[in-house]
Amino acid sequence: MKDLLNGWGVTAAVFLPLVGALVMLAIPKSEETLHKVVALVTSLAVFVVGVALLWDFDYDHTAVLQYGQDKSWIELINARYLVGIDGISLPLIALTMLVVPLVIIYSWDHFPAPHNPKAFLILILVLETGMVGTFVAQDLLLFFVFFELVLLPMYFMIGVWGGEQRKYASLKFFLYTAFGSALMIVSILATYFLSPKIAVAGQGMMHTFSIPELAHWHGGGLARTTTLLVFGGFFMGFGIKVPMFPFHTWLPDAHTQAPTQGSVILAAVLLKLGTYGFVRIAIPILPVGAKAWAPVIGLLAVIGIIYGALGCLAQTDMKRLIAFSSVAHMGYVMLGIATLTDFGINAAIFGMVAHGLITGMLFFIAGSVKDRFHTLEIKRLGGLLLQAPRMGWLLGFSVMASLGLPGLAGFWGEFPAILSAYQPAEGLNIGLFRGFMVVAALGTVFAAGYLLWLLQRVAFGTPTEEFEDEHIHDMHFTDYVAWTPMIVLIVVLGIVPGLIFKVTNQAVVHSLIHIGS
Amino acid sequence: MLASLLAASSDFVRPEFDWHALAPELVLVGTIALCLLVDVFTSDESRWTASSLAGIGMLAALVPILTLAYDNTDRVLFGGAFVVDDFSLVLSGLFLVAGYFTILLSTNYIAEGDYAEGEYYLMLLSAVFGMVIMASARDLIGIFIALEMLSIPAYLLAGWRKRTLTGNEAGMKYYLMGVFASAVMLYGMSLIFGGTGSTILADIGDKVNANFMDEPIAVLGIIFVLIGFAFKVSAVPFQNWAPDTYEGAPTPVTAFLSVASKTAGFVAILSLVYVGFAGQADIIRPFIFIIAVLTMTVGNVIALRQTNVVRLFAYSSVAQAGFILAPLAVFGESPQSSRDALIAVVTYVIIYTVVNLGAFAVIIAVSRRTGTGEIASWGGLFTYAPALAVSMAAFLFALGGIPIAAGWYAKFTAFTAVVSGNSPLGYIMGVVMAVNSVIALGYYLSLVKVMFMDDVPDGDVTPIRVPVTLGVVVGAAVIFTLAVGIFPSLVSDLAEGATLALLTAR
Repeated sequence: MKDLLNGWGVTAAVFLPLVGALVMLAIPKSEETLHKVVALVTSLAVFVVGVALLWDFDYDHTAVLQYGQDKSWIELINARYLVGIDGISLPLIALTMLVVPLVIIYSWDHFPAPHNPKAFLILILVLETGMVGTFVAQDLLLFFVFFELVLLPMYFMIGVWGGEQRKYASLKFFLYTAFGSALMIVSILATYFLSPKIAVAGQGMMHTFSIPELAHWHGGGLARTTTLLVFGGFFMGFGIKVPMFPFHTWLPDAHTQAPTQGSVILAAVLLKLGTYGFVRIAIPILPVGAKAWAPVIGLLAVIGIIYGALGCLAQTDMKRLIAFSSVAHMGYVMLGIATLTDFGINAAIFGMVAHGLITGMLFFIAGSVKDRFHTLEIKRLGGLLLQAPRMGWLLGFSVMASLGLPGLAGFWGEFPAILSAYQPAEGLNIGLFRGFMVVAALGTVFAAGYLLWLLQRVAFGTPTEEFEDEHIHDMHFTDYVAWTPMIVLIVVLGIVPGLIFKVTNQAVVHSLIHIGS
Repeated sequence: MLASLLAASSDFVRPEFDWHALAPELVLVGTIALCLLVDVFTSDESRWTASSLAGIGMLAALVPILTLAYDNTDRVLFGGAFVVDDFSLVLSGLFLVAGYFTILLSTNYIAEGDYAEGEYYLMLLSAVFGMVIMASARDLIGIFIALEMLSIPAYLLAGWRKRTLTGNEAGMKYYLMGVFASAVMLYGMSLIFGGTGSTILADIGDKVNANFMDEPIAVLGIIFVLIGFAFKVSAVPFQNWAPDTYEGAPTPVTAFLSVASKTAGFVAILSLVYVGFAGQADIIRPFIFIIAVLTMTVGNVIALRQTNVVRLFAYSSVAQAGFILAPLAVFGESPQSSRDALIAVVTYVIIYTVVNLGAFAVIIAVSRRTGTGEIASWGGLFTYAPALAVSMAAFLFALGGIPIAAGWYAKFTAFTAVVSGNSPLGYIMGVVMAVNSVIALGYYLSLVKVMFMDDVPDGDVTPIRVPVTLGVVVGAAVIFTLAVGIFPSLVSDLAEGATLALLTAR
């Protein structure tokens, strides 16, 4: 078992969805139930592999890359199929593998127009390959390919199955991210050529794309300006994906227009690719650049917190409001990262998982509201607790989790991130970061404001005249199945945050050894 | 008479003939002669034989290329004017495959339209013959002859739809511009020959490196020759023939012009730059830098505004030419960057050729039904021809450089090359390329959007009947696109071998 997992575990997790997608390609379009079953079975198989990986993971040495695979991929430039899992990637991989089957279950009876479950589910499976691949890749080029691969299915999901403005939103989503990626590839190549050559079996001395090797080198001997510029390229690539203010404008459009399933995956996993990139690549490989950029990142993060909150207050559409709240929440994650301390980055990773679960949950509920009422305009809604009490309570629960109520997962993402700004890494301006801390703390007040106001307008009161006499179906069976695991996790992680902190801590500390905090 | 003349010139030695080395060219010449004869002696009803014959001839010419590759020795003929090395073999092979694909694209198109079938394939064969020679030519005269051998049939092919005004415009514009370019190039060649006393590129390389280098006239010669080829590859500011020619020419010919004859131009530039003018890198770098930046930017920006799919691809091919030229902007900064630039160009042309031919196959298949090239007529293609739409999307993403379609690796090698020199100019080029690849995605995605997200314009959703020949091209190109996208080594090994041979040639 151990040997099998070591040799094939990660590869199976990455490519099983593709196998499922290929099988589905061969099945005629009209066999809808069969498509659903194949997709679900595939994603569950991936989930089972994931559970096995989690089970067998050595939690005492999370800084060590486990289940590693190292095969030649493009010999000419020494790009390798180098994959593995450590404490930083493990929680995110688990999150991905959990969310995908839930999304498929949720889709079971509500496929958005224009229907076509075959194409829709194939896209979700391709997306899963891209997401898991990004989290396991330990080679810069391999990472880049998976990072980009994610774009395509999401583009089609938004563009084909989305709302009114879907064409505009999908194009914007694609072009923004592609622009970041294009600059990032220049930085990746600069890193490749500027780093020293290493010995490669059978090929003599070659440059390398290996992330562990490059982190080991950590930009030693580079001129400061070069480091800053190269880090800048990474910053653009990852910052747009997060998204950070002022590159966030694609997010509200993409979220609002995407079908529910797309929004959930986008919020739960896709946004994390950016923050993960900072933690995995930009900071360990270029610590000097990271230190120089940290005040800028911190500043943009707190601007994002406040701006996202103010944006939320101004929204009239429920989904758009949740999207803006994502901007704010990712601001906390980025603030934690900007401190460059193990405390902050541990909090950031926790924040990623928590935000994935909570905002994913919020989008699920928003999707169901849209399904029942055919609108998400807040002023036309009201009295959800009366018409669909279970959904109403769950909305209340998710809102509480999202605003950071202690005892639920959201708290552990937000509070330590704010706290970490009190004592940033050595060499960073303490006064500045304490300023950030105060502003970020103010942001939580705003968050409570807009989220509770949302809850009040949507769930409390009586239904508007429009929907007064309509029979609103409360949760479907698929909703129960899809939402229960997420709610359970939100509670469990809120009570036992150590589940994640214990996994990430060693790996984070290891990734920061050259920061010197 | 001739014999006595030859006897009088005592230093004339009959050149050694290496029949094996010349076999690909000879097979093509034989096919051309055979096609001509068959066309003369067959009736109109059996003209389809021409297409089969031409196709078989191209594939037959691939056989000696494979045996030569297996033999794996560099053969130098005619005092260095004609060289068979890995570089020429890889590119000859590419030209023959591209030629064969073009025949497949043409079969139905030419047979169904009222065109002169026999002559069409004859012209196509002659053009491919010129391209194959170009891959091996290492001599100014040889390059010029190859170019004309390729261009003159291409002028005729471009004007093949002689009953339409646009067809005439296409041929005329291409011809006038082409002749002008040839004249400029010949003038440049004469200057170089005057200064060095040789037409063999390897000799010129030595001379240009030595005393002739300081002469301004050498610079003029080099620039003129490069400008001549800039016309061929439709680099800005010498691109203005391309859109009209592409639109007016029969679509299979457009496909041929946009990949094959263009690639021949790049091959000539590579031979000239790497063998002939290697010592003059300081002149070539800024020249190429400006041309490349202009080409990709102008091509991309104009492409954004196109409403006709063929014109869109015309400007897209202009922009792609900029990407192909870009790596040469760091030529000679270091041995590493020269090598990377060469690998990048060869990789790029291989991938671009196949992907673009695939895209044109889809264009031909779709316009068979819609009868127009307007982008709007592609609305909702996914609903009634999902396979074609998905294939086209794969090609468009490949051209845009999005993994896992093969194009990402082409773009990546170009980025690799410009960054490898670690020079400010290279990094600036990298950023320009990054910005441009996003602009390019703008119009590639707009076509994807029309295919997948727009409604069918006339509500007619009967499936498209795709002829077998087109289906083969689309299928092969899709398989290539995905296979190379996932395993780039398939192409990178080829490109690496090909380019190392050219580097050691001098």
